Amino acid sequence: MSQIGSFALLLALGLSAYSFLAGFLALFRRDAASARLGETARRAGIATFAAVLLAGIVLVVAAFNDDFSIAYIFHHSNRELPAAYKFAVLWSGQEGSLLFWSLLLAGYGFVLRLRYKTDQRLFAYASVIIASVQVFFLLILNFAAHPFAIMQGSLPADGTGLNPLLQYPEMVIHPPMLYLGYVGFTVPFAFALGALIMKYPGEKWIQITRRWTMVTWCFLTIGVFLGAHWAYAVLGWGGYWGWDPVENASLMPWLTGTAFLHSVMMQEKRGMLKVWNMSLIFATFLLSMLGTFLTRSGVISSVHAFAQSSIGTWFLVFIGLTLAVCTFFLIANRSHLKSEHKLESLVSRESSFLFNNLLLLVVCFTILWGTFFPILSEFVQGHKVTVGPPFFNRVAIPVAMLLLLLTAVGPLLAWRKTSVESLKRNFLFPAIGALAIGGMMILFGVRPWEDPSYFYATMAAILSALVIFTVISEFVRGGRVIAGKSHQNLIGAMIHLCHRNTRRYGGYIVHFGVALVIIGILGTPFNKEVEKEMGFGDKISIGPYTLVCQSYTQDDNPNYANEWAIINVFRGGKQITTMYPERRFYKASGQPQTLPRIYPSFREDLFLVTDVYLVYEGKNETTGKPIIKAHLNPLVPWIWIGLIIMVFGTIVALVPNAAVVQVAVPVPARTPAQVGAGD
Amino acid sequence: MISRRRISRRWLQSAALALAVIVFMGAGDDSARFKDLGHRMMCTCGCGQVLLECNHVGCQSSDKMRDELQAALDKGGSNNDDLILQGFVQEYGPTVIAAPTTTGFNRVAWIMPFVALALGIAFVVYVVRSWKNRPEPALADGITIPRGSELDEFRRRARKETDL
Repeated sequence: MSQIGSFALLLALGLSAYSFLAGFLALFRRDAASARLGETARRAGIATFAAVLLAGIVLVVAAFNDDFSIAYIFHHSNRELPAAYKFAVLWSGQEGSLLFWSLLLAGYGFVLRLRYKTDQRLFAYASVIIASVQVFFLLILNFAAHPFAIMQGSLPADGTGLNPLLQYPEMVIHPPMLYLGYVGFTVPFAFALGALIMKYPGEKWIQITRRWTMVTWCFLTIGVFLGAHWAYAVLGWGGYWGWDPVENASLMPWLTGTAFLHSVMMQEKRGMLKVWNMSLIFATFLLSMLGTFLTRSGVISSVHAFAQSSIGTWFLVFIGLTLAVCTFFLIANRSHLKSEHKLESLVSRESSFLFNNLLLLVVCFTILWGTFFPILSEFVQGHKVTVGPPFFNRVAIPVAMLLLLLTAVGPLLAWRKTSVESLKRNFLFPAIGALAIGGMMILFGVRPWEDPSYFYATMAAILSALVIFTVISEFVRGGRVIAGKSHQNLIGAMIHLCHRNTRRYGGYIVHFGVALVIIGILGTPFNKEVEKEMGFGDKISIGPYTLVCQSYTQDDNPNYANEWAIINVFRGGKQITTMYPERRFYKASGQPQTLPRIYPSFREDLFLVTDVYLVYEGKNETTGKPIIKAHLNPLVPWIWIGLIIMVFGTIVALVPNAAVVQVAVPVPARTPAQVGAGD
Repeated sequence: MISRRRISRRWLQSAALALAVIVFMGAGDDSARFKDLGHRMMCTCGCGQVLLECNHVGCQSSDKMRDELQAALDKGGSNNDDLILQGFVQEYGPTVIAAPTTTGFNRVAWIMPFVALALGIAFVVYVVRSWKNRPEPALADGITIPRGSELDEFRRRARKETDL
């Protein structure tokens, strides 16, 4: 089995190397043979996908067959591991995740090479660039992190099992989504670099790349949020974002990718920001590589990190080479990237995109700076310092507030110039509504002047409301016009409106989702928690809830032993649910894990929904009673709802616009005027 | 009849008392200090979480550190927050503090993001100005681009006719 896998990886390396070299030669030769050579390169690229896929299948089959002769399977699987998690073994360790990365890249390359007739020359350049990235990953897989290495000594009876933290349904989805995002940015990068190298005329390459970029961005968004939800639902600390270096590594390309998706519109509509957009997509790809480097090199300690290894050096060299190539062509071909228009007004959509990009890049820089500062500190001062949540929260939150303001204002500014009357017409009622929300918060007891966290919560609420109201007003205003002309109802008219410009209105829906996410986050300063030992009938009061311990017990299965408490939840004297916070001991790895239980109070609180979050913290060894920690986390469910809306908005934006229907209107014939009549 | 001087003295005493209450209001609230200080330190068990959010099942480090923190707060007296944090740094090293301090080289950590923001704003302003001052692109003979009030009039008509 391992020999098949090893052979498949070696074959894939050979094919991708041929695809790169032959494709490279074909691009720069001008003779009759170059077309044939280019075609063989394209087919070699397609065959690479088959070879890498074979290697991936072999690794998964080895996991299902409990083939512990393969070291990777021994270290990440065991006999009693449920089937879904045996599949996830593919990406649970260093070598497997690199193979998974390579597989996804080969998959993206496969689709690109099948669609080459869209623009043969541009696709040929992109194919060569993707092949070069593929060669890099396959070199690592074959020589530095081989997933099919054989166990030394006698064959073990069982494996050490999967990390208990990964034995959760979301962990089956989170890494694939994240990798689809990371890897996916290779495609727009390849198109951008290819367009730059060949001095591609016009902006068609952006239209070709746009869908790839949006799909990739969507996957990365899902991956980031699934990671946050996993942290919330599994780790038991009641939070969802810890500014861990690996979390930061996923956020940075997301920020630059978001900036690129916005500023690329300026290049399409006005032929501006060409150098900037090239730089952004290069930075996004490099940050994806940097994230992989952070996770695997051991340079920065993180709970997410794979074991420290030597492949960090490989990534550093690759990042350095890529940076050098991108910089060279940006400088050499900069004359091709001159802007075509001038700016007429500071109050315009062009300016709002510039400031949008600025703020996104400042947040990205802050995260990058904070993530690497411990290394810099060690170099300068001789000792590391911790750069944790207090730093990132204090710096990123104010900038995020400004970004939220732009999210509300930017889409309603006109291209070139916006008049004061237009500003008043578009923003008056949303602004009044948003300020009313802030006023209501103060009326209900929030004191923004007492604490910075309350101040930011109030600001976030006002600005999120502004985003929501401006989006709704855009849909309603446009829907009313269409309803009036087509005699449809308002809802039907809004759907029709959306279909006429899916990119614009899909973008509005994404902004709506972002505002909901911010609403979910702003509840953090109002979190409550109580910890108590609970025996039979013991109670905890937290907020409007009373938690009563009905019982506590233990259980056992081949994979783990567990202890859990049965907690009845009361509100207003009435029982609303029963919750079962649990702690497990995984037998293969010998590691414990808590499993929090979460009850979102939609039925009781509607829009002010709060999560009742119970954690089995431990057990008093003397009394045998469980120690339960109860959290009340207001508004958190809106984060996950916001994600769903963002994904829906992205899907809408990907739908092609409704075709404009040409209608023939009969016009009565006129007698032509006599020449000279009326002189 | 109470003299004006006595009334003024009473007002001053009341103001001083109110000020003392406000100034020392937080000082007596040990649970708030515990929460604040617990979020300014990292757990040393390797979980990468702030002390009060360590999710490590059966963590020995966070239990010990929380007890030490509570003991330091219970000590009272001249034990202010900075001294308490300093004590933890001496025992666990500088990485126990969850964010860089504002002294020495660590100040650079805080300054750089705002420097980046200021430079970014300056760059955007420069770009906007240079775009505004850019010469007009050359056009075919006979074509003029409407400007100023003429362009505003065209925009008003277009908006009225499309009603969007």
